[in-house]
Order: sequence, then structure tokens, then C-alpha cells
Amino acid sequence: MKLVTAVIKPHKWEDVREALETFGVTGMTVSEVSGYGRQKGHTEVYRGAEYDVALVPKIRLEIVVEDADADDVVGIVVKTAQTGRIGDGKVWVTPVDTVVRVRTGDRDAAAV
Amino acid sequence: MDGYYAFMLVATAFVLMMTVPALALFYGGMSRSKSVLNMMMMSFVAAAIVGILYVAVGWSMGFGGDGTLFANPFELLWLDGVTTDSYIFVMFQMTFAIITTALISGAVADRMKFSAWVVFVPIWALVVYFPLAHMVFSCTDDSLICGRIGAQDYAGGTAVHINAGVAGLVLAVLLGKRLGFGKEPMRPHNLTLTMLGAGMLWLGWYGFNVGSIVFTGETDEANVAQFMSETGRTFANTTLATFAAILAWLLVERLLHGKATSLGAASGIVAGLVAITPAAGAVDIGGAVAIGAVAGALCAWAVGWKFKLGYDDSLDVVGVHLVGGLVGTVLIGFFSTAEGAGGVDGLFYGGGAGSLVDQVLGALVAIAYSGVLTAVIALAIKFTIGLRIPEESEVEGIDLDQHGESAYDLHTSLSSGGKTGLLAPSTKTEGANA
Repeated sequence: MKLVTAVIKPHKWEDVREALETFGVTGMTVSEVSGYGRQKGHTEVYRGAEYDVALVPKIRLEIVVEDADADDVVGIVVKTAQTGRIGDGKVWVTPVDTVVRVRTGDRDAAAV
Repeated sequence: MDGYYAFMLVATAFVLMMTVPALALFYGGMSRSKSVLNMMMMSFVAAAIVGILYVAVGWSMGFGGDGTLFANPFELLWLDGVTTDSYIFVMFQMTFAIITTALISGAVADRMKFSAWVVFVPIWALVVYFPLAHMVFSCTDDSLICGRIGAQDYAGGTAVHINAGVAGLVLAVLLGKRLGFGKEPMRPHNLTLTMLGAGMLWLGWYGFNVGSIVFTGETDEANVAQFMSETGRTFANTTLATFAAILAWLLVERLLHGKATSLGAASGIVAGLVAITPAAGAVDIGGAVAIGAVAGALCAWAVGWKFKLGYDDSLDVVGVHLVGGLVGTVLIGFFSTAEGAGGVDGLFYGGGAGSLVDQVLGALVAIAYSGVLTAVIALAIKFTIGLRIPEESEVEGIDLDQHGESAYDLHTSLSSGGKTGLLAPSTKTEGANA
């Protein structure tokens, strides 16, 4: 089992969700987050005073998938969320020991 | 005459609206979310205090008779001897005293003790505003700025805007900077409130400028024609100067910072209105557009001074009101026309430099008078009850510290105290009434 975590631009979220559903992903956890990468934040100007806004709003997806699907899911997210401009986001994969469905007690593959 | 009375009722209500709620919204939106209520409260309480003080002695000091600096405060004490059908003129002038005092609060955002503000407001109105109103608006032969110097101020460039701007500067310097000024972001927390407030100020300003007409009350043809031409002129000038100032402010912003902002548009509105206030009756439409454009551009540039010079005029009372007020007051010397209310041609209209000299002198008297006396009052408060809240309270937020309130509750699911709340409800009802 793998946990795929992706941080993407908010306006790409609908495209990514659609592509993942088409692929067969059955569920995911989505949150609105803020952070910054290499590009840092952006600058806003109020009456001539410039403020560096360090944190940029992003969408974080967390998807638990079977080992064999992990690469495909990463590929789909990267392909769909890419604009080629700075701040497109990151995707990373982490190993997952156990998954349990709360309603039934099913474990691992049956629980995903 | 009946029509004029109805006109003044409306104008007076408009000007009162400029403080409560327009200025409160304009300033409130620009402050941080932890200080918005204090910002608004400074306007509300200024209205209450100055309003009562005005009918007690303010009207008498301003309009009660002769005097170079002010008239006898006790002559019309509590409007004794003023007939009720004259009350609307008292109320109209009262709203000017209120907004001038409330304007100062923009310089002291986030950090002035509410008690210090409550003490400052009546003393300042008594010592600074009422006399300046006499010097400018009463215009007896003896009154310093209007009568002796002969400077024109249609609706309050010197008495209102230069006066409030200088007082704001003095208070900002004596209070010191907000914690983190120039280092931490202190962005406006709600620009929609600010835009709404600016729009309401604009509407109210028609009462301010157009209502400032001096009408004899005679309804013969000549007087009525004079009334119509002067109200029409001030209305048009007020409007056109504001349009020009919006565009000028946005243009300067676009050139200096790359973007035309909503705060720039809202600020341009106020800058243009401030600048045309003294000149509304003196200039023609071309002059109004020029004054608005100069004010919009100059104020957009002037709001940056506080960072260069290191004083924390939090919401730009100096950059907008002092600079805008000076622009309007001084440019009368160039743009006034003999057809206007003052009957004087300025430099650009074939008159000499006489009007310009009068205008500059009038402005300097207002700056000196307001600056020195505001400093004395503020220092007296500083060394007695203190001007500023403690550092810890400032970090936590002046709303909570001074008023025990916060403007927004954005965490209802955690703090509502209901069945699903994670935090215990702060009050429980037990016993018979449970």
C-alpha cells in the first residue's frame, strides 16, 4: 500500500479529480492548505507599501492506493496538474503499513 | 426658505453619516482584524462626545460673535438664546466638528488607550477645533484666517483637513510606531468595508460641500438664482474633482507599483474630496479637475512618506488629509475665479499673487495652531494617564484588551459550546431556569 500526497494549484483540482476518477481511484482526502516552495510567496501592494505574502494557497490530495497503481496515480497527477509555470506543486509517495475501513473492519486491499 | 430648510436637514444628515458609519467603515476595513472594533469605536464615541460639547460651548465659541481666535464660549451656552428654527445650522456645524475629530483616529490605529482617546477628544475639540472653526467659518472681520488674512475655505480645507492631518501627525509621533511597523505585514483586513465606506463618504460629502453654501434666506429672484448657481457649482466641482483624483491615484500606482488597486481607488476618492472641499465654491470645472488630479497623484505619492520618515501614521491621515487639504487650499490661489463664491481671480485667471499669499498664510496659521496645541494636549495625557496600551495587549489585539470583544468569530465549530463543540461553553444555565 502506498500513500500518494500531492500539493497542487487550486485551479487544477477539478481536472486532477476527474482524471483520477477515470483511472479508477475510489476516494481521496482533500484539504485547502497554504505553503511555499522555491518561488516563495508573492508581493501585494497597499497604498504603495509592499507586503511579502509568504504562504500561497494550495490544494493537498491524499490518496491511498495499491503498490502497483502508485506510479500511474503519480503520473496522472503530474500530467493533469502541470502548467509549466512556477508553483505547480509537488507529489510524493510514502509506504503505508496497514489500512482499515472503519465501518467493516476490512483490511488493506479490501479497505481501499 | 422652506426648501432651503429641507435642503439643510438632508445635508446635515449626510454629513453625520460621513462619520457614523462611513468613516468607521473606511478606517475599519483598513485596520487589522484584531483592531477593527476599536477603530470604529473611536468614530462612534467622538460623535457622542463632540456632539454634546458642541451644543454646550462649541457653537458659541465658533459662531457666537466676534473674536480673533474664538468667540465668547458662555454667550450661547447650551444654545441659550438660539431659536429652535436655527438649530439645524448648529447641527450642521456640529457634524463638521465630529468628523474632523474622528478623522484623527486613523493615525493612532491599534495602539491608543481608549480612555486616552476619550480624554483627548473633548479637550482637542475645545482647544483646537472650535477656535479654528471660528477663525475660518465664522468669518467676522476680526476672525484670523477668514477675516484678517482673507483666505478662502469653502467647506473646511484648513479647519477640517489640514487641522486633522496635523493633529494626526503629532499624535502618531508622540504615540510611537505600532509594534512591528515596517517589518510585519499590516494589511487592511477587509477592503470591501473600505470601498463601501469610501462610497458613503463620497455621498455624505455632497452634504458637506454643497450644504456649506451661505444663503441669506431671501427668496427674491436674485438670491434664488445665486443659490442655484452656487449649489450647482459646488456639486459639479465635488464630483469632477473626485473622478480626476481616482484616475490620478490609479495612474500613479500603476506607474510606481505595477497595479491599479481597489484601495487606491478608495483613497483617490477621499483625496479628491478633501482637496476640492476648500475650493468647491471658488473654482470652475477645469480648476476642479486639475485640483482633483493633483491631489490624487500627490497623495498617492505622499502615503509612502511615513516609511521613509519613520512615523507611523497608520491609515494615512497625513498623506491624505494634510496633503490633500494643502493641495486644495493652496491651489485656490491659482485656480479661483472671480465668478466663484470668493469673488477673486487666482494667478491662472489673471489675478495677482494676492490670493495665493492669503491661502498659504491661512494654511500656515492652521498648521501652527493645530500642531502646537495638539502637542501640548497629547503630552499632558501622555504624562498623566498615558497614551498607549501595553505591548502585550497590542499583540493580542486592542479590541479584546480595551473593549472585551472581537469582531469576527470564525471558529464556531470549535468554540460554539454546543453538543459537538470541543471547548466547554463559558456560561451554563442551571436550576429552575435551565
